[in-house]
Amino acid sequence: MTDTVRYQRADFQTDQEVRWCPGCGDYTILASVQSYLATLDIDRDKHVFVSGIGCSSRFPYYVNTYGMHTVHGRAPAIATGVAISNPELTVWVVTGDGDGLSIGGNHLIHALRRNVNLNILLFNNQIYGLTKGQYSPTSEVGKKTKTSPSGSIDLPFNPVSLALGSEASFVARTLDMDRNHTIEMLKQMNEHEGAGLLEIYQNCNVFNDKAFIDLTDKNTRDGNRIWLEDGKPIVFGADNEYGVVVDQQGAKVVEVSEVGLDNVHIHRADNPNPSVAFALSRISQGPYGPTPLGVFRNVKVPSYGKVLEQQVAAAQEQKGPGDLSKLIRSRGTWTVSA
Amino acid sequence: MSEQTLTEDRPAPQQIQDVVIRFAGDSGDGMQLAGTQFTASSAIFGNDLATLPNFPAEIRAPAGTIAGVSSFQVHIADWDILTPGDNPDCLVAMNPAALKAHLHDLVKGGLLIVNTDAFEDRNLAKAGYDVNPIEDGSLDAYQIVRAPMDALTKEAVKESGAKGRDVLRSKNFFALGLMSWIYQRPLDPVTDWITSKFGKDSAVSTANTLALKAGYNFGITTESFHHTFEIKPAQLPPGEYTNVVGNTATAWGLVAGANKGNVPLFIGSYPITPATTILEELARLQNFGVKSFQAEDEIAGIGSALGAAFSGRLAITTTSGPGLALKSETLSLALMIELPMVVVDIQRGGPSTGLPTKVEQSDLLFAMYGRHGESPLPIVSTSSPSDAFGAAFEAVRIALKFMTPVILLTDGYIATASEPWLLPDVDALPNIAKPFATYNPDAEFLPYLRDPKTLARPWAIPGQPGLEHRVGGLEKDATTGNVSYDPNNHETMTHTRSDKIKRIADDIPEVEVYGEGDLLVLGWGSTYGAIRTAVMRANKAGHSVAHAHLRHLNPSPRNLGEVLAGFDQILVPEINMGQLSRLIRAEFLVPAVSFNRIQGQPMRARDVEAEIYKLLMGEDAE
Repeated sequence: MTDTVRYQRADFQTDQEVRWCPGCGDYTILASVQSYLATLDIDRDKHVFVSGIGCSSRFPYYVNTYGMHTVHGRAPAIATGVAISNPELTVWVVTGDGDGLSIGGNHLIHALRRNVNLNILLFNNQIYGLTKGQYSPTSEVGKKTKTSPSGSIDLPFNPVSLALGSEASFVARTLDMDRNHTIEMLKQMNEHEGAGLLEIYQNCNVFNDKAFIDLTDKNTRDGNRIWLEDGKPIVFGADNEYGVVVDQQGAKVVEVSEVGLDNVHIHRADNPNPSVAFALSRISQGPYGPTPLGVFRNVKVPSYGKVLEQQVAAAQEQKGPGDLSKLIRSRGTWTVSA
Repeated sequence: MSEQTLTEDRPAPQQIQDVVIRFAGDSGDGMQLAGTQFTASSAIFGNDLATLPNFPAEIRAPAGTIAGVSSFQVHIADWDILTPGDNPDCLVAMNPAALKAHLHDLVKGGLLIVNTDAFEDRNLAKAGYDVNPIEDGSLDAYQIVRAPMDALTKEAVKESGAKGRDVLRSKNFFALGLMSWIYQRPLDPVTDWITSKFGKDSAVSTANTLALKAGYNFGITTESFHHTFEIKPAQLPPGEYTNVVGNTATAWGLVAGANKGNVPLFIGSYPITPATTILEELARLQNFGVKSFQAEDEIAGIGSALGAAFSGRLAITTTSGPGLALKSETLSLALMIELPMVVVDIQRGGPSTGLPTKVEQSDLLFAMYGRHGESPLPIVSTSSPSDAFGAAFEAVRIALKFMTPVILLTDGYIATASEPWLLPDVDALPNIAKPFATYNPDAEFLPYLRDPKTLARPWAIPGQPGLEHRVGGLEKDATTGNVSYDPNNHETMTHTRSDKIKRIADDIPEVEVYGEGDLLVLGWGSTYGAIRTAVMRANKAGHSVAHAHLRHLNPSPRNLGEVLAGFDQILVPEINMGQLSRLIRAEFLVPAVSFNRIQGQPMRARDVEAEIYKLLMGEDAE
């Protein structure tokens, strides 16, 4: 980072009117992202924002970088093409729980396992917003919506668990309204090589208001936000009276006074074994009750784009640059004389 | 060859102008390899040739069954041939199933070579024979040659050190050796190939060479043959040739396009028969700067290609019928955001999984109309394996120049068939222009400000300061490129997208007509060879018939309407239910007559010829 500030947040705003519903969590996320981009020493023209379809996917129109608003669910695949074509770019994917986990679930898991150089922002509001309020793959069981008047039947995804199970090398979770934490998560994800997934609990105040109330209400939030901090014991509560222990049965919440601080789990995001991170992700099955927030996993794996670039360079080094004339003769030739 | 002295007592080989040979056996018998090597020797000998591999969709269907029969047909000639031939003059049947599956195609009086060792009870039963056809006189209409290939191969390879299954695996080389003697092919190209493939001293290498020579010597010593045949080298135009398979030529044409457009190539594809070998060929070419990406599915294949196009690469995705359906939605986005891309569709028998390894021309209307909304796209097709190089190059040229996705239609026949290709001077290929955007500090960058002539929008690639812009599937304002819901703007943009494709007609050659008369045979794609052969035969027989073949299906060549108006009758042979026929009837209001064959096989010249006579004489002459 240079000392001089290269950009202001305004440099990342476009002249397009932002058209989310008043009070939507997307506004806060947009502000956090723009603020974060302004702190970077990355040229504005090196960022590409790629989105699918849904409320969150309007995002690229509002960020003054290169951007693509694409096909429902396909943003991770399209962004893969952008990122591996030019590994110099910083490529962001903006998706939602319907776009990323329902119609586009396949592309999301494959982008993660390949470790394509992507920063994936998963706006999880647990509802279909753009189509006006149908249950989504992260809605709680029994959710009553227009398409599930008797209550939804299917079990929801836990996006962090899904990402960990997809071999993701970086997985984190944050809350839309906590701008400082969001920016810290964006920073850690962007500094990590390869695919990162940041689940952002995003309030849809029109179709699913207060879905995250346990984590946002003044009276309950301290007892429900489990902040994961690398290298520190996982304790939470107004007076850090609660902690998390990990044993063979998994991870569970305990009272620190009962087990002693020494027995509280010390969080290591760089643990090569993803099982502990997975156990932490199972403490809650959604934003209900005590829920971990922060970086679950952050390990070093070479990115797809970088390795592919190395292969191309090595091939050119070994064989020389491609020679078209030699190529078409490579299967043997014969000459017919006049 | 040292065997030359032995052959001196025999009658001189009979001179023939061309022959169609079909090698048929079990999938595991190595018939594709035997056929390919026979072809390679013929190419080096200087014959013109055309090949037609035909194999089951199953990798290993149950041994000995008709479902498991694999065949390779090659047509070799001393003249410039255009098709792999309609019916074989010679059939090699390695087992009863192969005989059963292919005998009906063999011309009466044709040469039939059978591996007698395979005609035992179990194999006969699997093929559905109650009695052994090589003993019951049912093959008397053919010149049958009985060769106990298993026993002779076993004996021949004894000293090689080959063991177990490797011993009988060499019997395809026995068959190849025998065929090489009958048709007087040199053995050296095959032995050279064996050495380069299996090493000089390996047991497999020695076994294959011994089996090859044993087959050749069987031909010399046995009394089965009255004479051998010789096909003199063809009088092909002078120059350097290679024998090229259609998918390879397609891959190379795409690379040539990237090279002449000075844009590095990206291919995002999902494996699908019969398109996969294009991905495989391009994956080998990393030193050309090619980045290949095997995607998780067809949608991600085209998706990654579209992302690559945004990033400034020549984007390619390859597929076959069912895959084209999956790519449809992203293809609409590609044309909406106007980025260059080539979608290669290797048409196969459909619908659904259909006939995955067989040919059909049934995706033309899907390529034209298989997208939601008003979504016109250019379509280019290829007429033969070697023509695929130029067709792929042309698809790239249109994509880059006009900033549009292009569909390149080839098919399952062209994909795997081969023919000699007079190598072009690649340095003389034209450079391909592309509308790269440049930054102008005095003006706002407008991503939809078009080239007035081509209507192409500027291509602004991430990493260029001052050209930051957003594209997307929502309708754009015609001027600013911002999202617009204005009704008149949508109409303007719909017309503009359509006009852009129509204007390509000014940039492509006019369609040429071969011959003259009142009847025009109009075709497209891989029916070229069959139609041209049929028209030439009809001409030779004194009939005035003309042939026109379309490379560009959309837009059509600008003179097509005029050409069609100049004929009383138009015959359109296609391997579908009449898709081009329907298009030209709708577009030009001409009374085109369809001729359709949908059997998963290439169009046959004699069928087209018969149809020509039927039209010339009127229906009553039937």
